[in-house]
Amino acid sequence: MLQIANSENVLAEAQNLRESPFAIRGLTVSYDQKPAVFSVDVTIEAGKMTAIVGPNGAGKSTLLKAALGIIKPLSGQVTLMGRPVAQEMHRIAYVPQRASVDWDFPVRVIDVIEMGMFRKTGLLGRLSRADRAHAMSCLGRVGMTDFANRQIGQLSGGQQQRVFLARALAQNADLYLLDEPFAGVDAATEKAIITVLKSLRAEGRTVVAVHHDLTTVPEYFDNVLLLNVRKIAEGPVATAFTEENLQAAYGGRLGTARLNAAAVSG
Amino acid sequence: MSGAEFVPLSLSPLIIGCLAAVACALPGNFLILRRQALIGDAISHVVLPGIVVAFLFAGTISATAMMLGAAAAALLAVAMIEGIRRFGRIEPGAAMGVVFTTMFAGGVLLLELSDTSGVHLDVEHALYGNLESLIWLDATGWASLFDPTALAGLPPELFRIALVLGLIVILLALFWRPLAISTFDEGFAATLGLPVSTISLGLVIISALAAVAAFDAVGSIIVIAMFICPPAAARLMTNRLGMQVAWSVLFALASAVAGFVLAGYGPLWIGGTNSVSAAGMIATVSGVILAVTALAGPERRRVT
Amino acid sequence: MVAVLALRASTRPQSAGNPMFFQALTFQLGYNATLVTFGATLLGIAAGVTGSFLFFRKRALVSDAISHATLPGIALAFIVMVSLGFDGRNLPGLLAGSALSAATGLFAVQWLASRTRLTEDAAIGAVLSVFFGFGIVLLTVIQTMSSGQQAGLEGFLLGSTAGMLYADAVLIAGGGALALLLVAIFRRPMMMASFDPEFARASGINLDRTDLIMMGLVMGVTVVGLKIVGLILIVALLIIPPVAARFWSDRADRVVLIAGALGGLSAWIGASGSAVAPNLPTGPIIVLTAFAIFAASLLFAPGRGLLISALNHRKFQRGVHIRQGLVSLAQGQAIYEPLTLRLLQAQGLARADGVATEDGVARASRVLRDEKRWETARGDPALEMAAARYDGLTQIEDVLTRDQIDHLDARIGPPRGVTP
Repeated sequence: MLQIANSENVLAEAQNLRESPFAIRGLTVSYDQKPAVFSVDVTIEAGKMTAIVGPNGAGKSTLLKAALGIIKPLSGQVTLMGRPVAQEMHRIAYVPQRASVDWDFPVRVIDVIEMGMFRKTGLLGRLSRADRAHAMSCLGRVGMTDFANRQIGQLSGGQQQRVFLARALAQNADLYLLDEPFAGVDAATEKAIITVLKSLRAEGRTVVAVHHDLTTVPEYFDNVLLLNVRKIAEGPVATAFTEENLQAAYGGRLGTARLNAAAVSG
Repeated sequence: MSGAEFVPLSLSPLIIGCLAAVACALPGNFLILRRQALIGDAISHVVLPGIVVAFLFAGTISATAMMLGAAAAALLAVAMIEGIRRFGRIEPGAAMGVVFTTMFAGGVLLLELSDTSGVHLDVEHALYGNLESLIWLDATGWASLFDPTALAGLPPELFRIALVLGLIVILLALFWRPLAISTFDEGFAATLGLPVSTISLGLVIISALAAVAAFDAVGSIIVIAMFICPPAAARLMTNRLGMQVAWSVLFALASAVAGFVLAGYGPLWIGGTNSVSAAGMIATVSGVILAVTALAGPERRRVT
Repeated sequence: MVAVLALRASTRPQSAGNPMFFQALTFQLGYNATLVTFGATLLGIAAGVTGSFLFFRKRALVSDAISHATLPGIALAFIVMVSLGFDGRNLPGLLAGSALSAATGLFAVQWLASRTRLTEDAAIGAVLSVFFGFGIVLLTVIQTMSSGQQAGLEGFLLGSTAGMLYADAVLIAGGGALALLLVAIFRRPMMMASFDPEFARASGINLDRTDLIMMGLVMGVTVVGLKIVGLILIVALLIIPPVAARFWSDRADRVVLIAGALGGLSAWIGASGSAVAPNLPTGPIIVLTAFAIFAASLLFAPGRGLLISALNHRKFQRGVHIRQGLVSLAQGQAIYEPLTLRLLQAQGLARADGVATEDGVARASRVLRDEKRWETARGDPALEMAAARYDGLTQIEDVLTRDQIDHLDARIGPPRGVTP
């Protein structure tokens, strides 16, 4: 009995892994013997927009970074369409949290976008005229064409976020992973970013974003992953984004999280 | 000044000074952008123990043994710094301070305890080199530049530093984009599949090579000064990476030429009779250039 | 062409391990040597304590810029004293000059880091190399002066206690004692400023002035230590003891005390060693002694030492793997990681094909119950604080009282077995 059930599970599992552009199994990450993410299984649905939601310190960013191998997990496996993610990095574009780069670095906006095309040109290749035009068009999609020659430190927070989204666009990936893309940006930027993300979905690409504003989850996203060190719930917003699951993820902090979200959006 | 005096006595030290300055300034640009300026400091301090140990093993001062010893010492230093930082959870500045002082102290003691009387190897040489002694005795004037027999008598340090500079230029040209991307945003570079730790280590090895080849001719002081001052001054001139590297080369050359000339002839102009240390003067000039750009460079201010 | 200063000792040192070393350690080696060893020990304590504050402020290498920046001051002081007709080797004069140029160097670092876009590390590197380079230029000038041949300034580079005058030894012992006294007086504000600058400011401590005092002490230690340790290596006395001390305690006040003790110990042993081998430069001996203490601390200290950390990490990782594996078994999921399976097998909890043994089933249902309790506790506002102690391994019995657990169990419902 046990044997049969297991083999059915195994078949279904193999199917899930093959069809998911981002499947995480048993991921545990710990800083100094305190797990930031513990034994998390996630199966992201292809062609959908998924929000990763949870309180501060729930391990949302850590989950993304560990899944991408930027930080080393204690255990766990991550696959893209059934293949180890390390071999499929060229199909992934990652937009880190804004604070993680040196804003004083001597690069212009357009130089940053062109970094997104590195994989296309390769080590020795140089950017062609068409490549440069493509970089400009990516900048156009986020409404930043006029800023191409600015040094990146001279932009506002929202503008910087748009530049990093444009760099991801230039990567022409199948899976877009964004870490708090709406944190600290102005309303115009938030609108511009969500428009671009929805257009990516319309093109059949998969979008996963760490998100902190509970009020906009149903409006922006199809699916949700509720996280608080462990996975609390995962699935379509209608079934997974429930009062009960939110209570489990946020505990006593739910009221505060709501208030903050209301303050942000209102 | 006549060619008969200038070419044999000044031409080759001048060229060696220029090559060494540029060879250090090029990787220095990336070191300062990575907040690793003091890795340059650490590397130049550990070159001495590397050379001493290589000498103790090889028994002679051969260029190859010296290069290998110094490069190995630089790698060991970086590994120790990284180990103390990561496993001991100590901030990088303090970890560097522990490692390079210890290795330098070890080098000095080894040198004092071993019999190196027959060879030209001592602490003073390690600190400020002896650029002035790298003369070209086979030269008789400008015509010697076209005389194969005379050219064969050029100091071997010249060929060594030229070779290393050539290597650095080629590697920089080849790996410019990966280096630039991983310096700017290491996390992103990792998601591109770039081997970020290898790139970081590669930069250290290149810096160590530059330090060893330059050290041989000009001593650690110039090495540290050229790793840091020209790139730092260049950063205050422009907001573009390519331009910054170009400015740093210009500043390095200006420091080397002006420093050498001032050291050799400056005292004579003000009535003195002896020249002063060229290595020290080159470092001093690079500091003056940095001071000027810090006061008036167009991009000297931080934006944020 | 210029002849360069020869720093190397010409004679071979005496072999170590002779009875003189013990005499030196116990201050029985003549009045001067005793004074110098005593002064070095006091200086080592002061350096360890001062260096701790610098280390907490993450500015350890600022001291490197300060110490290298002393060279032009020493050389200029020599030139000025000689041209005024005094003895250029006058130690108080040389030290005053070194303090002046060290202060200039420190100012240059602060100015570059705050007024331009350069970072502090670049400013430190620029200042130390440029000041040192300029110092070398001045040294070559001194060599050409008539009185410059026996200037003896090279002793300042690597430290030397050989042939020290009585007055110099007194100056160093007095300077060491003074530095230690000042550290003792100002330790409270420096501790607060380095531990939590914002809080210190709120408590009415003038941060700028405290920083100034801290840097002043670093300068003082550097200047007093120049003759013994030398300007290239004096930073080691400010950096290595605090870093070593950090491994022995997580409490800042204890780190400071331990650093002082380790600094004093390094200087005492090192200076004694150099009294025995007067032809060896003193600085390197002291630095290597300090490093030996550091290496021992890094490896063997309890808590933060590498040995203990490695063992703990391994234990933790295995614990996590076993627990994850048990949760998977309890929920009838396959186990993917070879390490997890190996560990379960080794403990007799699972068979090679990933099926749970009887023992494994029992353990798995206990783990599942524990997980369920944690989960419920997290959703309960009253237990949230306790639930934050979840680390994937701690049993909830260790955190909550029996009553609280009963309360949780009532909410969960009756125990379930492992369902296939």
